[in-house]
Amino acid sequence: MVDLFRRLAWLLSLLPLIAATPTAAERPLILATTTSVDNSGLLKHLLPKVTADTGLTVHVVVRGTGAALRLGTSGDADVVFVHDRLAEDAFVAAGHGSFRRDVMSSNFLIIGPHDDPAKIADLPDPAAGLRRIAQTKTLFVSRGDGSGTHNAELRLWTAAGLDPRVASGTWYRETGSGMGATLNIASALDAYLLTESGTWANFGNRGALTVLNDNALLNPYGIMLVNPQRHPHVPENDARKFIDWLTSPVAQQAIDEFTINDQHPFRSAAGAETTAK
Amino acid sequence: MGEFGQGLINAATLIVSFDSDFLGIVGLSLRVSLSAVVIACLIGFPLGALLALSRFPGRGAAVAVLNALMGLPPVVVGLIVFLALSRSGPFGVLGLLFTPTAMIIAQTILVAPIIAALTRQTVEDLWAEYGEHLRSLNATRADTIATLLWDGRYSLTTTVLAGFGRAIAEVGAVMIVGGNIDNLTRVMTTAIALETSKGNLEMALGLGIVLLVLALTVNGVSQLIGASAQRQALRA
Amino acid sequence: MTAPSTILPLDVSSLVYEAGGTRLLHDVSFRLTAGTRTVMLGPNGAGKSLTLRLCHGLLTPTMGAIRWGGEVSSDPARTRRHQAMVFQRPVLLRRSARGNIEHALKLRRVPRAERRARAELALAQTGLAALGDRPARALSGGEQQRLALARAWATTPQVLFLDEPTANLDPAATRAVETLIGGFHAAGAKIIMTTHDLGQAQRIADEILFVHNGRLLEKTAAEQFFTAPTTREAEAFIKGELLW
Repeated sequence: MVDLFRRLAWLLSLLPLIAATPTAAERPLILATTTSVDNSGLLKHLLPKVTADTGLTVHVVVRGTGAALRLGTSGDADVVFVHDRLAEDAFVAAGHGSFRRDVMSSNFLIIGPHDDPAKIADLPDPAAGLRRIAQTKTLFVSRGDGSGTHNAELRLWTAAGLDPRVASGTWYRETGSGMGATLNIASALDAYLLTESGTWANFGNRGALTVLNDNALLNPYGIMLVNPQRHPHVPENDARKFIDWLTSPVAQQAIDEFTINDQHPFRSAAGAETTAK
Repeated sequence: MGEFGQGLINAATLIVSFDSDFLGIVGLSLRVSLSAVVIACLIGFPLGALLALSRFPGRGAAVAVLNALMGLPPVVVGLIVFLALSRSGPFGVLGLLFTPTAMIIAQTILVAPIIAALTRQTVEDLWAEYGEHLRSLNATRADTIATLLWDGRYSLTTTVLAGFGRAIAEVGAVMIVGGNIDNLTRVMTTAIALETSKGNLEMALGLGIVLLVLALTVNGVSQLIGASAQRQALRA
Repeated sequence: MTAPSTILPLDVSSLVYEAGGTRLLHDVSFRLTAGTRTVMLGPNGAGKSLTLRLCHGLLTPTMGAIRWGGEVSSDPARTRRHQAMVFQRPVLLRRSARGNIEHALKLRRVPRAERRARAELALAQTGLAALGDRPARALSGGEQQRLALARAWATTPQVLFLDEPTANLDPAATRAVETLIGGFHAAGAKIIMTTHDLGQAQRIADEILFVHNGRLLEKTAAEQFFTAPTTREAEAFIKGELLW
């Protein structure tokens, strides 16, 4: 069966062609960020400008805030751009990141069906709205995945003086999924949920969902350099160039100018930088 | 029905538009999955054949394990490959995470057990039929494997297609080890997941229909090749 | 082809074969020499096919010895090089008729350049010249068995084992196979064949080995066996009385 082996050898010779991958010589920057930043379309708006201004190529890996930070911890990302202030500070304090810088913020929103069965639309205080949802046992879906949005939601429940997890599986449903998947579930169930303005502005499958409270919380985004002392393969100069660009006046203006469906989901907020003590 | 109609329109638009981003995604899907299937065949054919012809203590358990591995959850494979290729993992220095190579590795691990297990079955059945004849001719182990693989070629084609179907359709592993990076590691399934998470259900459905057409095309082409090879074999 | 020194005679001594704790062959001894057509005769399940497979080295004896050319070989493959076997149900590969023969020649390490011509010759000798391109498994039963004979013959065996080669064939196909066997004998091959068909044994055999219940009961010249069997069982078998 020489023929068969010859055939196999021929196939084998093709492998280098099909399996070829870019070499590490000109390594692109790996940015770990969250669904809200990517799904909103903000990065599509910004990245061409990054390349034009700095010549950098940025590869974007999208995860929840918790998972994105873990990519930084393991050294699999060079820069982490997320929204969970407490987790970010812990990341830098533990030495996983060299520093953290404010970039921008968005709003958390309480979303629900437009007929608003729990009647929260007239309550300016988001915590009061959550209390009423709990009292009426109206369906509420939670990310339940340790993401920045999930943590923000839990802080809001704490502010309302409630622990919704006692009702887990009844009116309080934890999806354990990303923002998009959770929005799809809420849309299908006509349930309430907490989301954030960036993802919401670009979300297509709204069904009967609408914004019922936009005073929920400010959602600050921070960017961190993964510590090159721990992960020597991190291209520190490129990473710093990218972070400097994102917090430069040009980029900040671009963030403010960014619109989806006539909404401005993000506000520039560059400024404070924190480092590990 | 509105979504399905819109999905069909989107699929048709995507196909006829020859949008370069879209073609890149389709191309990468094919490149990753076909590479994985080719490598999985290079591993699975000989391994399955060897297992079919070998008799050793614990062979039954080995067969059972191999058959069970056909059901490997893609997410678990993705996670294991991720941990292995992570900068903090044993193969981190290679810098392969979030590259097409990492996706090929993960899919190879998913597909190889399918190829090996089904090859084992095919070869074992053929061996039951051919064994005495081949031994009568003093066939070596290599002769035997080559003969049985070649004579099992029609079943093995189906085996390869089953492997390809598994690879092209899975999302869990490539999402984790590839990262769904635009223009680098975004394939059909991760693009569908992304559009779904954006709530663009019609676009997701459109991509899904394209994926279906793609799988159908690959199956059809392989069937045509098989049929023409069969005709040629009869003429040769 | 330079003819290698003959591997015959075949000496079988005190052959015992057991499977799953059951003794299927009891203390079988015989000597077969070149030039004759040996037919193992006996009812179904007597142990004929088993004996054939043991001689060909496809099975390993539980006890006893099989000697070819006076030597006990630890490696049956060495003498098997000069033997070929045709099975009751022909084992045909999923290839063309010619491809089947070429494959056998390839396993016998015949140089690629020679294979085609030798396959064509074997096809012609068995009346299959026109069917070389046909898928082997699409041939009729008789054609399939003739192809199996052609394939065995193409490997130029000194000894040709045939295990009930016509058991599944109609009378015309049977006659064709018998004619081919006669031709191979005339060309110098040692024929060792099993059958349960008395008529066939009478048409072919020079020498009869009568096997019954795992024992060799008679080994005599064919003429003598059919006219004056020495055992009661052989006599009953010749009369067509069922033996169990």
